[in-house]
Amino acid sequence: MNLFEWIVKLWEENWELFLNGTKNTLIMALVGTIMGFLIGLIIAIIRTIPTSKNTNIIAKVLLKAINFILNAYIEIIRGTPMMVQAVIIYYSLFVPMQLDPMISAIIIISFNTGAYMAEIVRGGIISIDKGQFEGARAIGMDHVQTMFHVVLPQAIRNIMPSIGNEFVVNIKDSSVLNIIAITELMFVAKQAGGTYAKPVPAYIITAVIYFILTFTVTRILRLVEKKLAGSDSYTICGSQSDPNAEIHVKKAKEEFR
Amino acid sequence: MENVITLKNLKKSFSGREILKGIDLEIKKNEVISVIGSSGSGKSTMLRCINLLEEVTSGDVLFHDKSVINGDIDINEYRSRIVMVFQQFNLFNNMTVLDNCVRPQTVVLGRSKEEAKENAMKYLRKVGMAEYINARPAQLSGGMKQRVAIARALSMNPEVILFDEPTSALDPEMVGEVLDVMRELAGEGLTMIVVTHEMAFARDVSDRVIFIDEGVICEQGDPKEFFANPKTDRAKAFLSRFLN
Ligand SMILES: Nc1ncnc2c1ncn2[C@@H]1O[C@H](COP(=O)(O)OP(=O)(O)O)[C@@H](O)[C@H]1O
Ligand SMILES: [Mg+2]
Repeated sequence: MNLFEWIVKLWEENWELFLNGTKNTLIMALVGTIMGFLIGLIIAIIRTIPTSKNTNIIAKVLLKAINFILNAYIEIIRGTPMMVQAVIIYYSLFVPMQLDPMISAIIIISFNTGAYMAEIVRGGIISIDKGQFEGARAIGMDHVQTMFHVVLPQAIRNIMPSIGNEFVVNIKDSSVLNIIAITELMFVAKQAGGTYAKPVPAYIITAVIYFILTFTVTRILRLVEKKLAGSDSYTICGSQSDPNAEIHVKKAKEEFR
Repeated sequence: MENVITLKNLKKSFSGREILKGIDLEIKKNEVISVIGSSGSGKSTMLRCINLLEEVTSGDVLFHDKSVINGDIDINEYRSRIVMVFQQFNLFNNMTVLDNCVRPQTVVLGRSKEEAKENAMKYLRKVGMAEYINARPAQLSGGMKQRVAIARALSMNPEVILFDEPTSALDPEMVGEVLDVMRELAGEGLTMIVVTHEMAFARDVSDRVIFIDEGVICEQGDPKEFFANPKTDRAKAFLSRFLN
């Protein structure tokens, strides 16, 4: 049999396994990205809390300690391979807890993504004009209100491409979690290829699936980004007191230029 | 009468360089104060110290005789009573004009949406921006943005509004529309501290002029008196430079 025939044969015999693996890969990547994003959001909010010499000493020390732990978390996660993290955490923590492997995998990928997201969100926050913070603080909003109502909506919009990118990375990088026996795509490839000692055709099938996933996701994300960017130039409708408001604004815009 | 805001020997340094060198100032209810002085003299820094955007190095800021430095009053509550209008407007870019005026009320003051909206509309009408409630800041001219920023400030129903060169970033033809609004507010008895280079406004509208030079209040007094007969040499030099 030639390579192509092997591919067809392995697909025909294992397509259900492959689809199941695809499903698990997608679930891990999607949930991991969303959870990771939330973790990153919370960390970024904490790490941008301002202190002054009037902040009380206990709060200051507490914040220092929390920041130290968060920094350590980010550095360690970003500085070691996820495969290594998975093995250590899974076998030392989750196995003794008898936690479901899939749940374990999602937790691992979430915390891994969280470390990257924390930096991405922080970058997004830093990129927002200082005047936006000051406008909010000067009117009496506290740090969390300033973040939620003013800064994060703008920051998140700016970092949408990076968030999407993390999702694509997670689709591919979740492959290392086969090390803790999750039946994601990579695990299925090993299984299917192992039956006849034919890894290459099995991995070609896997590669094609990965590519279809990432390619589709990338296109969808790009559409979403376009939509988001477009809402800047939306039209003004429904002004309550002036039917010509749209015209006024257009004129005003031209004058301003 | 009780002071609304009192500055006591206020000092502010940036990395060891002293910018404010001991400012004493008492602001009464309904007073309109113009703060003038050359660029870099510390006018903005003083305003920013008043609403605690800058951390005060030493001295005190009192609000109704309570220190806002020593935590006698909640900082955010205090800030909502003495809101600031900026040279660069600082409207929230992610919100419509109406939302810019409504959201701070609901978030900071805990007002209901309906109440906040009604209040916001009242002030947007006052500054002539009611037609633009669904516009985004990016769609407005500078003068319009500043009028919305003033409406946003008024929507908080504050006791004092701090203006930091509200017309300096505007094209000349838009300065008038903003000054008109401010003149109207002054006439209605709002307490205002206005850092400005608009000498006509300082002379005709304010109750008192403060001249700041190199981080100290060099001279202050009645506007007509100050502009006609400045007493200090530095004020004389500033005015002759400015008026020519
Ligand atoms: N955040 C800051 N860090 C360092 N120096 C500053 C800062 N803000 C203001 N300054 C300095 O303080 C001086 C006074 O600034 P400012 O109060 O803005 O003056 P004015 O508003 O009167 O033009 C300037 O020399 C300026 O460079
Ligand atoms: Mg200034």
